[in-house]
Amino acid sequence: MAEAVWHRAVLAMQLLAIDPALGGMALRARSGPVRDRLVGLLDWLPQPQQRIHPAISDEALFGGLDLSATLARGQFVQEQGLLSRPGTVILTMAERAATQLAARLAMVLDAGTTHRLIALDEGAEPDEALNPKLAERLAFAADLSDVTISEAIAPDPFDPSAAITHLHQVAVPNDIAEQVTRIAAQFGIDSLRAPLFALRAAKAHAALRGKMTVDANDVEIACLLVLAHRATQMPGSDEEEAEAPEPDQTDRDDQDQTDTLNLPDELLLEAIKALLPDNLLDRIAAQKARQGKGSGSGAARKGNRRGRPMPSRAGRLGDGARIDIVGTLRAAAPWQTIRKQATGRDSVQVRSDDIRVKRFEEKSDRLLVFTVDASGSSALSRLAEAKGAIELLLAQAYARRDHVALVSFRGTGAEVLLPPTRSLVQTKRRLAALPGGGGTPLAAGIVTALEQAITATRKGLTPTIVILTDGRANVALDGAGNRAQAAADAQRMAQAVRAQRIDALIIDTGNRPEPALAALAQTLGAIYLPLPRADAARLSASVATALGD
Amino acid sequence: MKQPFPFSAIVGQDEMKQAMILTAIDPSIGGVLVFGDRGTGKSTAVRALAALLPPIMAVQGCPVNSAKAGDVPDWAVLATKTLVEMPTPVVDLPLGATEDRVTGALDIEKALTKGEKAFQPGLLARANRGYLYIDEVNLLEDHIVDLLLDVAQSGENVVEREGLSIRHAARFVLVGSGNPEEGELRPQLLDRFGLSVEVASPKDIATRVEVIKRRDAFDNDNTAFMLRWQAEDAAIRDRIITARNALARLKTPEKTLHDVAELCLALGSDGLRGELTLLKAARAYAAWRNDTALTRAHVKDMAPMALRHRLRRDPLDEAGSGTRVARIVEETLG
Repeated sequence: MAEAVWHRAVLAMQLLAIDPALGGMALRARSGPVRDRLVGLLDWLPQPQQRIHPAISDEALFGGLDLSATLARGQFVQEQGLLSRPGTVILTMAERAATQLAARLAMVLDAGTTHRLIALDEGAEPDEALNPKLAERLAFAADLSDVTISEAIAPDPFDPSAAITHLHQVAVPNDIAEQVTRIAAQFGIDSLRAPLFALRAAKAHAALRGKMTVDANDVEIACLLVLAHRATQMPGSDEEEAEAPEPDQTDRDDQDQTDTLNLPDELLLEAIKALLPDNLLDRIAAQKARQGKGSGSGAARKGNRRGRPMPSRAGRLGDGARIDIVGTLRAAAPWQTIRKQATGRDSVQVRSDDIRVKRFEEKSDRLLVFTVDASGSSALSRLAEAKGAIELLLAQAYARRDHVALVSFRGTGAEVLLPPTRSLVQTKRRLAALPGGGGTPLAAGIVTALEQAITATRKGLTPTIVILTDGRANVALDGAGNRAQAAADAQRMAQAVRAQRIDALIIDTGNRPEPALAALAQTLGAIYLPLPRADAARLSASVATALGD
Repeated sequence: MKQPFPFSAIVGQDEMKQAMILTAIDPSIGGVLVFGDRGTGKSTAVRALAALLPPIMAVQGCPVNSAKAGDVPDWAVLATKTLVEMPTPVVDLPLGATEDRVTGALDIEKALTKGEKAFQPGLLARANRGYLYIDEVNLLEDHIVDLLLDVAQSGENVVEREGLSIRHAARFVLVGSGNPEEGELRPQLLDRFGLSVEVASPKDIATRVEVIKRRDAFDNDNTAFMLRWQAEDAAIRDRIITARNALARLKTPEKTLHDVAELCLALGSDGLRGELTLLKAARAYAAWRNDTALTRAHVKDMAPMALRHRLRRDPLDEAGSGTRVARIVEETLG
């Protein structure tokens, strides 16, 4: 199996050398001899090879004013960016590439066929992966994690030039486009780039073998290389059944015409299926979770403060950078004597190399939205304990300078007792005055908390919803006292919270753990914490885990 | 550089195409925002737009494409001020663009070599009287967004830096595209776009196959493909010009104005921009369809794209704002 993976990766590299429009390849492997061997094959691709890293600046990528040369020569000197020359770009630590960089690289890949991108994805966890925007634009992906060095046999030397000239003469039978599109749809691949890539890969493969027409073998290989890693569902799993008769019919048509290829969809589907990992569903879930955090929506990262200052470093002015004057002068100081001698001028001479810019570590503030059940059932038994738990959390929040908001629900609805604030005193006062009694409109509470959380996200805070309840929801969203409807509403709202990718934590304040709440926590993707068994220390530890400290 | 994919050859995506045609008929509608998944042809459509736009008359060599000799800014040094026909500018705003490049800045070359202060116009100047296209608009740096908002609002670009004070006209149609999963757009910027459309990959196999085939033909047999579709593009362009002329003659009955106001009130859209845009879009749509008077049907058809991005966001509504608009349109206008 691992050997086959290696062979496919080598083959993908060959196809990439033949057709630049294939975009590139995502290579998932830790740094090591296997990866090095494959990267060594990049010699097949057009030179030069340029390595870039996720933190690369726009200036380095696209070029800009070369300040030092401009100042030295007294005339405008444009600096060439790495991407201004065609070639092969190797993105190291690709899993760390932020959406901003991914978008820029995607722009370059979209603009033409001058660049090929090899993304070296060193992600260790399943949820660390290449930015989907980039993955989308690379035809191939290979996971070399399980390939050993003995399996990674160095391939024979390869010269793509013959195949490149041959590529334009390769004919594509009419129905191949249809077949490829159909297969892609069956695997739940939404983007239309995938079948296009598969088509091109099939052509390149035919050219590689020196054939004049794309045949079944080419299509199979192309589908394996391009479609398998994009699959989001097993074919025939759900609504596909309804569409099944259609492909059948086309197949029959195919057989009538003798010049078209005879590769039934089923065979192709089976071939790709064999490549799919068993944990496809897990992977999809991981990808979704990842989108929620890693590739961040900007809002969370923006930060509403300027952040913690970090040591200044050499850099250029521009892009809103602020100069660190002391740092700059300090850097320039040692050279003053030499410079004075060289120029004969008797003033402090600062050159562009000396310039130090300030850096800030921007971290968005956290907001804890406490959503407290103040219903009769809670009030009687454990509201006091819940208040105690909150105070404990508040102390922690205070230490971390988190923002806190307070939402309570009882009777027929929920209300915001305290909009996001940092004031511990105010929060405590409101909490102490929290009245109890009435039904448990859990859904309404979640809605109100969600609204607070979304508003906070816009302001650049990272919200976490903490729900404290005994879980016996008995008032529906519309205020009616219907236990079944209330539970259903709560579930629905929990889904809404999850859809917004907001972290949550449920603390069960009931006398004994409530199964319904555990289920709710699952829907929320939240940590469930029954209070009866949780002492202060454990509560604090769990909350800390939930908050990702 | 290869010619862009022809507009008329784009399969499906009718709402997006319609929205772009409407802004070509009446630029004052104020731009289009295209939101959708990866690989749905957003960028393709915008880049194809350039070929559709009728040419404009502008002063030769003018950095801001002035229509009259008198409009040429004083900092632009032109030998002659003859009018020439030029294609409507469609300017790309790349993500990495610096503020200097967007607004224009001091010409460093001249400052260094000749020791004089001169203004080097930026992308906003080039986009005047045309289109400014921002791919991945939701990933744009905040300070650039603020700057764009200001200019889009005032129609004038003011540069005050390094002892230089320059102002020039910058009226352009903003076209933005993006993938909502990667970040939302601030409501203030959303509001600046006249129309908003949501695109998705086509779901039926036949359409998908057609997309693939056309794209493949475009890549492999470019000349024949372009020839085949150029005529269709020209037909759309002619229809746009006809519609522009018809727009002035179009009657707007009081009743329809009432419909528009009632609809916006029911939807609770903020401000009056919604009403104005809906009215303009409906008028342009009527002109495009060669109808003589604005009717309720036009308003109904245009309501989703003119209003869906102006609603207050309801996080619990899974159906999306387009469906909400359609529902309320159905309730109010029947």
